[in-house]
Amino acid sequence: MLTILFDGIAYGMLLFVLACGLAVTLGLMNFVNLAHGAFAMAGGYVTAVLMNRSGVPFLATLPLAFIVPAILGLVLERTLYKQLYTRSHLDQVLFSIGLVFMAVAAVDYSFGSQQQLIQLPTWLQGRIDVLGVQIGLYRSFIIVICGALVVALQLILTRTRFGSRLRAAVDDPRVARGLGINVSLIFATTFAFGSGLAGLGGALGAEILGLDPTFPLKFMIYFLIVVTVGGTTTITGPFLASLLLGIADVAGKYYVPSVGAFVIYTLMIVVLVLRPQGLFERAR
Amino acid sequence: MSTNIADHVRTSLVRKGRWGIGEILFWLIAAATLFLLPERHLILNEIAIIGLFALSLDLILGYAGIVSLGHAAFFGLGAYAAGILAKHGFADPLLGLLIAAIAAAILGFVTSFLVLRGSDLTKLMVTLGVALVLGEIANQASWLTGGADGLQGVSMGPVVGLFEFDIFGTTAYAYSLVVTFLLFIVARRIVVSPYGLSLRSIRDNPLRARAVGIPVNRRLVAVYTLSAAYAGVAGALLAQTTQFVSLDVLAFHRSADVMLVLVIGGVGYLYGGLIGAIIFKVLQDVISAWTPQYWQFWIGLILVIIVLAGRERLTERVRTLWKGVAGRTAKSPEPLPKTSVREI
Repeated sequence: MLTILFDGIAYGMLLFVLACGLAVTLGLMNFVNLAHGAFAMAGGYVTAVLMNRSGVPFLATLPLAFIVPAILGLVLERTLYKQLYTRSHLDQVLFSIGLVFMAVAAVDYSFGSQQQLIQLPTWLQGRIDVLGVQIGLYRSFIIVICGALVVALQLILTRTRFGSRLRAAVDDPRVARGLGINVSLIFATTFAFGSGLAGLGGALGAEILGLDPTFPLKFMIYFLIVVTVGGTTTITGPFLASLLLGIADVAGKYYVPSVGAFVIYTLMIVVLVLRPQGLFERAR
Repeated sequence: MSTNIADHVRTSLVRKGRWGIGEILFWLIAAATLFLLPERHLILNEIAIIGLFALSLDLILGYAGIVSLGHAAFFGLGAYAAGILAKHGFADPLLGLLIAAIAAAILGFVTSFLVLRGSDLTKLMVTLGVALVLGEIANQASWLTGGADGLQGVSMGPVVGLFEFDIFGTTAYAYSLVVTFLLFIVARRIVVSPYGLSLRSIRDNPLRARAVGIPVNRRLVAVYTLSAAYAGVAGALLAQTTQFVSLDVLAFHRSADVMLVLVIGGVGYLYGGLIGAIIFKVLQDVISAWTPQYWQFWIGLILVIIVLAGRERLTERVRTLWKGVAGRTAKSPEPLPKTSVREI
């Protein structure tokens, strides 16, 4: 029981790291980016390829799993995404679906369609027994890292000058621009950072979520659930939403496997219909 | 003054309702392929079905402005309805179409109330969610749908008791083409009616539409239901002509594909879906013959390029070309008289 809760929390933390970049993109520029999962996949593949082909240790690949998608995100943002901020949501959806299709086929072409397996270092394998609760070492590792990231993100957002600029830009880009805040620079930085986080999440999650070319399509719905249910103006909203989703998903798969994903989709529809602005958001 | 405007609207709608030479040619060519391209009937059949499916999406996306990522829900429901019906002995194709349309329309009616709420993103998520839920149900209820193995043992009776389905797909294509054509005529009649005009005003400015007294929600519910029924018929056609239904009919990529089809052909006019279906299928055929596994990449690239190049601009250009070809004989309708400032 507690083990399931624990696994659910780890899963939820992972989802948060994967999806929080999307929350900012959506909240800041009102851009529906369905291709967010592609950046996560990029991070996962960086780790998998470095470990399996070059023999780099797992921990050493993690910074690269952050940096490569971040650079990729920055380049794409500056060249392509930038032109679509003022377009309709339909255009943005079509564009990002196009990107997902391209990413899926390109990865399939370069690395094959099979699952990428990574070999965790021995000190992260296995389970230990704490007060009668089975705790996976790797999952606690994920919780520690993601927890630290959440705290760091929250501090950056609330305590630093960049954070207050970002919040100002989210609340009202026009006024923020009028006050001399360079909104497009902030957005490029945040987009790159969010893509990097997604990449890191993809690398950390390769073991738990699985990693194959269809990753962006499979998890797109999860990211979107986190963002739409959690709302986009705070970081706590998506965080709570991912924890809920993670626990509900793990528990659902364990206790009622025949119902499975059904519960989550239905819950999402119910939440969206009752509170279209998100579960943790005040109505405007 | 008000009767004057009403007259103008009426004449403008009547003019729009007339069939141009280009349109008649389009359908004549479509009918001619039945005889001229006998070895291509299988792919032509698919084109007709996808065209009808895209047409149904155009009704809500192009005319009412509802962005949907889960239109496959209705397509899949129609396919399963027709397939299950045929499997249990009701082999008459037209009965299957009717039941599929009714089933999809009921689902469309019920879910339309969910879609009315919230922003574009909420609509996307809700439509996507409905399709996913339906996919899960079809997957779990394997006693009814065959689950992941697909629905097997579908055997259809002859169309109107005369024409048996053959392996070359000739009957199938003729059947799909006729159904698509008839439904197209109905849709064409609807969009040039005052009702269609009110839909377009809702798409362009819902707030103002409400202010001039258009019952926005009721209109949207109606068009969503209609579109769902169309999609259901398209799904039923696929199930009946291929005599097989798999979970694939409810998959996400089907919703994405139909959107792509519509976007290639152009959103907001009825031929968009049909032309898009032709281009899409031919492209798919050519690209997958060239690189079978990775044709998705090129489709994605085309999508990105279309969006970056400006979707509306492309459609606009084609439309002016079209007018140049089709409208040379028919005079374009006179613009409404300008209301002078003093009258307001």
